[in-house]
Amino acid sequence: MTAALALKTDPNDTGLRGPQVSGKPAVTLAEHIVEVISDSGEGAQRCGQSLAAIAAKMGNGIWTVEIIPAEIQPPARSVAGASGIRIRMGSGPVSNGGDETDLVVAFNEQVLLGRVREGELKAGCTILLEGMWREHRDPKVAAMFAETVDRLLADGYRVHEVPLERECLKLISDARRGKNMFVLGMLCSIYSLDPALGREQVAYALRKKDDRVIKINMALLDAGWQWAEANLDFKFRIPAAQSTGAQIVVNGNTAAGLGILASGMEICAMYPITPATSVSHYLSDVFEKVGGLVHQAEDEIAAVTFAIGASYAGTCAVTVTSGPGYSLKQEALGLAVMAEIPLVVLNVQRGGPSTGQPTKVEQGDLLTTCFGSHGDAPKVVIAASGIEDCFYSMITARKIAETFNMVVVVLSDASLATAQQPFPRPQFSEGWLAPPIDQSPVPPGVTPYDWDAMTGLFQRFVPGQPNGMHTLTGLAHDRASKVAYDPANNEEGLRNRSNKLAALQKTLQPPTVFGDEEGEVLVVGWGSTRGAIEEAVERLRKEGHAVSALHLRFIQPMPPGIGAILRRFRKVITIENNWADRLEEPIIDENNRRFSALAWMLRARFLVDIDCWTEVRGRPIKPGTIYKVIRARLADGSGEAA
Amino acid sequence: MTTAAQCLVQLHDDHHKLEDYQGGVPRWCSGCGDNAILAAVQRLCRDEDLRPEKTVFVSGIGCSSRLPHYMKTYGFHGIHGRALPIAEGVKMSRPDLDVFVNTGDGDCCSIGAAHWIHAIRYNMNLTMMLHDNHVYGLTKKQASPTSPIGFKSNTTPRGSYLDALNPLTVTLGVQNVSFVAQAVDWIPEILYDVISAAFHHKGFSFVRVIQRCPEFLPKMFEPWLHDPQKTLLLSHENGLKISPALGRIYRNQLEHDPSDIDRAREVASQEDPIPVGILYRNPEVPCYEDVRHAGQLRTPEMIRAGFESELDKFTVWPQGPEPTQVSLTDERG
Repeated sequence: MTAALALKTDPNDTGLRGPQVSGKPAVTLAEHIVEVISDSGEGAQRCGQSLAAIAAKMGNGIWTVEIIPAEIQPPARSVAGASGIRIRMGSGPVSNGGDETDLVVAFNEQVLLGRVREGELKAGCTILLEGMWREHRDPKVAAMFAETVDRLLADGYRVHEVPLERECLKLISDARRGKNMFVLGMLCSIYSLDPALGREQVAYALRKKDDRVIKINMALLDAGWQWAEANLDFKFRIPAAQSTGAQIVVNGNTAAGLGILASGMEICAMYPITPATSVSHYLSDVFEKVGGLVHQAEDEIAAVTFAIGASYAGTCAVTVTSGPGYSLKQEALGLAVMAEIPLVVLNVQRGGPSTGQPTKVEQGDLLTTCFGSHGDAPKVVIAASGIEDCFYSMITARKIAETFNMVVVVLSDASLATAQQPFPRPQFSEGWLAPPIDQSPVPPGVTPYDWDAMTGLFQRFVPGQPNGMHTLTGLAHDRASKVAYDPANNEEGLRNRSNKLAALQKTLQPPTVFGDEEGEVLVVGWGSTRGAIEEAVERLRKEGHAVSALHLRFIQPMPPGIGAILRRFRKVITIENNWADRLEEPIIDENNRRFSALAWMLRARFLVDIDCWTEVRGRPIKPGTIYKVIRARLADGSGEAA
Repeated sequence: MTTAAQCLVQLHDDHHKLEDYQGGVPRWCSGCGDNAILAAVQRLCRDEDLRPEKTVFVSGIGCSSRLPHYMKTYGFHGIHGRALPIAEGVKMSRPDLDVFVNTGDGDCCSIGAAHWIHAIRYNMNLTMMLHDNHVYGLTKKQASPTSPIGFKSNTTPRGSYLDALNPLTVTLGVQNVSFVAQAVDWIPEILYDVISAAFHHKGFSFVRVIQRCPEFLPKMFEPWLHDPQKTLLLSHENGLKISPALGRIYRNQLEHDPSDIDRAREVASQEDPIPVGILYRNPEVPCYEDVRHAGQLRTPEMIRAGFESELDKFTVWPQGPEPTQVSLTDERG
């Protein structure tokens, strides 16, 4: 959505010289995208998260995207070292990070250049740039700064130099540690946010610090606000569209942690890996107060086998990981599948293969999750499509794992991990929790694997249950859990473990189509792309195109009704953040093209000629990009790449 | 439905016989040392009158790891190398269970070596038996980390290249070590006494059992079987007490105080004669499950209260910060 920016500033006006404006009228906007960009360690993310929380309290829709360099301390003032955050604020709900940025605050011109070169800034974007570099004692730095600003101005950006350092030094001795709060104050003024809410948010964000630190930060916040009021000649207002109920503002990893807590799971075993680790950071802080515990194991394999042992003897446990860690766990997942032990695995995907792009988003693990381990290892795969979904998916996963004695993998990704979006405060239900561990005697005649003839379901025995003694094994076994290598028992086990997926599938509701149930183009997605896909489809529909979207939450098993939906559209295309060969390349044709993950799965299952368009740039796919892709396909009337 | 009173009566009446712990007929080779270990643990279960439903034997993969199948308790025959973390998960989730771990020299000292080191550090209350026959048996004769140098196997046809790893010195070198003992399968009395002492130790009890593999290393321990002087019996008032009958055969004895870790390390590094008995015991090392308060009572109310207070941290209330009760329609509730 393009917001009309009615700036009174001359685009060539590079600086702000003393108080000019008071009682500025605020321009009303439907939405705006703001970025705060700095060197690593300057607090841009805390500034942005606080801004988002304040806006959410005002009733605005928000979505945040963290911009995280791979290193903890990349070189200062480097193009590749940009660290920061994007906040998209809207009148109504916001479901994704949006397209290009409308306003950016940058702590130096080099990190800003990183964003410019990646094409992240809108043409004519307003830039509030730390001005101290112009006077830097190193003439090379000063020259670089001046040159960059000149180029940005020439390119049509509205650059304002802001004396962040100078203003902060009036209050503190190390401005590096306070600029972020000054900037937060500025942004509160620019977006007409309630300064009282700002102060409240700062107090909350710094609740673990001492009073002195909080006081200084409050002063910086006020100073930033006053400075912007006095010196900036523009001001915006994004009215909240409607009053909503109580909302939770968390990122996807915290939402997943809350889900684990609410699911009644007691043990989370993990090994540190980006970007999954912050789930366990959060849980480590709070899990014990509800009697749970986080076990940091010696490695990924120990984490998953510890969880399997805990699940076997008690209630379902969870292990949390990202791609490379997921690979390490695969053998153990085969054990859980074979022995039919409930287990929840959260895989927060990142760029791969190998170490790949640890801090960046990619949807590259779908096929390995569905088909991985070894042999035939059916497991349930749920893909969270938003922040709220990260929460509820963990509860659903625990319940399915325990009901079906299955491994349930929840897929999230680096984008959801750090993105914040409000969702309605959940109403706790005791139904979410696991029942107490069964310690009643096993009735005579019941075997450890008393598979139901149709569904393959059975009630497992837990240690402590008299008469239930048996040895669980990863070897092929019969109903009595005795090692059995004979053909009939082997096929019986395979059949029952597979039928459980079918039994689960029978309980699922057909997915809802976003838009009309039939039409020209159906865009299919899964996971974190939901918001962007639906926003793009909404735009196309407003332009009169017969485009709809379908987003899959259950990938394995797939809910009923999908085949019929696919066949009601002339063209079906998946949009995914994983690699697919591109037909425009001379070496690629219909016979050797590798499709994106979901496209492979849908083509194989439904025998529909499904196309795919993917981008794997280590960042969320933008709604504008999807819009253009679909638009081009509508224009050329074919399913081929434009 | 069993009433509480009936349960109590049952508890008192439960006296278990050896057969109550005997599962299927072992499929190990005749003369395999695993049989001796199985006999010792079954006897221990009977003597301690362990409730079969509250006892779990966890194993990895290999000949050793078939042991749970031959018990009539709960058992978990896991995957190669991972018996320890599985057992740790069991114990953490259920501190009320008695958990034993049976593993081999390939399972523990090779593919599972990382878990072995860390299991010592965690010091959970587990009784672990390392069935050390110095060779991979189930996969048909490959050199293991404890194979003697020069051992000709299917993967080392001209003899193995490296000196054998000494599991005792490794274990005694890890922080938090709390119990280390060694037994040999051909002295059942000591084997039983050592496993019993290990069971009674609160903490991670590491018992290495040197055992014969009649199939792939048939002559390996013959010198020790023929010459009692090649066995060094460790005795102490705080360790094992040697019976007079045994003492008459094994005259090579050492008075060793199991609380002395430096001396334990010295004794452990001896290869000939083989030290047999309790090398080290320290009941003061904290157990990880206690440190982490495992097994505490958990109620739905506790979870609800904790969850709600967490939600409070992250809730934004519309129209300012004043919390007002709002009714939400949650389709998933």
